[in-house]
Amino acid sequence: MSALLRLATAGSVDDGKSTLVGRLLHDSKSVMADQLEKIASPSDLALLTDGLRAEREQGITIDVAYRYFATPRRRFVLADTPGHVQYTRNMVTGASTAELVVLVVDARRGVTEQTRRHAAVAGLLRVPSLVLAVNKMDLVGWSEEVFASIADDLDYPGEVTAIPISALTGDNVVTPSEHMDWYGGPTVLEFLETAEAGEDLTGLPARLPVQYVIKTRGRRAYAGQLTGGILHVGERVVVQPGGHSTTVAGIDVLGEPVAMAWAPQSIAVRLADDLDVSRGALISPAATAPEPTRELRATVCHLHEKALTVGEKVLVKHTTRTVHAVVEHIGAGGSLGVNDIGDVVVRTSADLAVDDYADSRITGACLLIDPGDGATRSAGMISVG
Amino acid sequence: MTTTTCLEALEAEAAHIMRETAGEFERPVLLFSGGKDSIVMLHVAVKAFAPAPVPFPLLHVDTGHNFPEVIEFRDRVTAGLRLEVASVQDYIDRGALPDVPERNGLQTTPLLDAIETGGHDAVFGGGRRDEEKARAKERVFSLRDEFGGWDPRRQRPELWNLYNGRHNPGEHVRVFPLSNWTELDVWQYIAAEDIALPSIYYAHEREVFDRRGMWLCPGAWGGQGERLVRRTVRYRTVGDMSCTGAVESTARTPGEVVEEIAASRITERGATRADDRLAEAAMEDRKREGYF
Repeated sequence: MSALLRLATAGSVDDGKSTLVGRLLHDSKSVMADQLEKIASPSDLALLTDGLRAEREQGITIDVAYRYFATPRRRFVLADTPGHVQYTRNMVTGASTAELVVLVVDARRGVTEQTRRHAAVAGLLRVPSLVLAVNKMDLVGWSEEVFASIADDLDYPGEVTAIPISALTGDNVVTPSEHMDWYGGPTVLEFLETAEAGEDLTGLPARLPVQYVIKTRGRRAYAGQLTGGILHVGERVVVQPGGHSTTVAGIDVLGEPVAMAWAPQSIAVRLADDLDVSRGALISPAATAPEPTRELRATVCHLHEKALTVGEKVLVKHTTRTVHAVVEHIGAGGSLGVNDIGDVVVRTSADLAVDDYADSRITGACLLIDPGDGATRSAGMISVG
Repeated sequence: MTTTTCLEALEAEAAHIMRETAGEFERPVLLFSGGKDSIVMLHVAVKAFAPAPVPFPLLHVDTGHNFPEVIEFRDRVTAGLRLEVASVQDYIDRGALPDVPERNGLQTTPLLDAIETGGHDAVFGGGRRDEEKARAKERVFSLRDEFGGWDPRRQRPELWNLYNGRHNPGEHVRVFPLSNWTELDVWQYIAAEDIALPSIYYAHEREVFDRRGMWLCPGAWGGQGERLVRRTVRYRTVGDMSCTGAVESTARTPGEVVEEIAASRITERGATRADDRLAEAAMEDRKREGYF
């Protein structure tokens, strides 16, 4: 179990997501007295997550906000994603780094079309675990039948755990409910504390995207963060682009020499042979190196008001490498508007060594960037083979 | 054992962010105030680029009302590093800024001038998202316009660990490597890595006066004619003396500070920053104008 859990929240506007987040922070005693002064009653809990002046003035949430709380068992980084404005863009952003998603539904309405879309986005981003928080159980008479029919109604490619709650009264958020004897499972916080959602990155093939070359006294070390796997001194590795093979001569973990290093450590490696290695190169074990390609296939979420069109020139940012590319094909429709999701093929000006997103959420991910103004246009999940 | 603790994961992430910045930008600079967050940031930078020296200079915006202990500490730990100082006092002396008692808000102009003069395209700040609610929505790579301003609606979505640093000429990017750290993480890291801090972070006796429920030390900004009392205090944040309050404390070591913060019921900024108490959106407004 990982000591740090990154999670995201999702839900429609009035399902009580902000109240749930406020309740989690409040009841886990993560809200300090000077912030608590603003909370006069449980219905004010949502105020704890309000951010910007523009949001308070318009009564909306514009952007993903990050919350931090801890219990004696675990530290949490929570990406709080707003429900209506730009929901796909915000949810994709929050889900991209999440190991678990808490999806809130209103027990009176059950699983709606928007709930299914949120679950589909979380599934597309490969968030391993989903908590379906069936909220407002107090308004359906704490009914087991209502809960059971909702809990069975959602398909998800990963693990799903349904929990009946009332964010307003606090039932089953941090403290077990006294109104739902029929429920024997964990509260939301108990589940978050014990979820095996943390991905074991060390089980993946080793990948070191080179960020920066550290030069000292004629020696070169290649600095980067291991995105997966374990790397040993003496191991045979391949450097892409180029495909030259060599041996790992030494590894430092932030200045300390070691015999082996593992994801997600930030390290620097020295190689036995004098190769041309610069920022954007990928170092991986010779036996499990990815195939280089110039034809990139990806499912993309388009995040920008300016539509993505066939024939358009873009920059592809993949790990530490950015290359020019042209959009060759966009499935169904031929263009993607803001918040659209579709399959895209781009042809790149140089080789990229990519993994399938299903195998790695880091070396299988990319951004499409506007070469003109530098805007992030789309987020891509790469398919290989 | 191939496990990673929470602090190790945060440190690895901060190093990743700093190396991305060094790899993508021409002239980064690290804002160094002598406060604990910038000291931790510098500590991670030294490790991230070892055994080579840190490949960018430091910049200190000196309000002229800094704690002498902090200036002394700054000069000691930055010896051998490249340090640029932007002086608020110089601006006041030549009439370019008004001589108001609380100088925190005056830092923006010297900061933006120093960024422009130095041609800096990336500026590391020690800001953390847990500090304040405008900061909770801050990106790791935060795009600033040519006036240094922050427009929350213009910020790019930031996915995975792919930080987009592209910017137009004249614009720059503020980079926050400690975005995901909390105050407690910072102190646990200071304890684990045995990092030296200015002495005022630990309990000491000091003459202070009460202003709106905070203990301030006397100076040009106040205290004359007010009732001074001796208290055993420490500082949770270190900023301009005119608006940084002390808290009563007996914590004399990093370990004791960790215990004290873990039990604290008041946020770091709520306890110690007069400037954030001015208005609900005080930080948001300062950020829009180009503040840290």
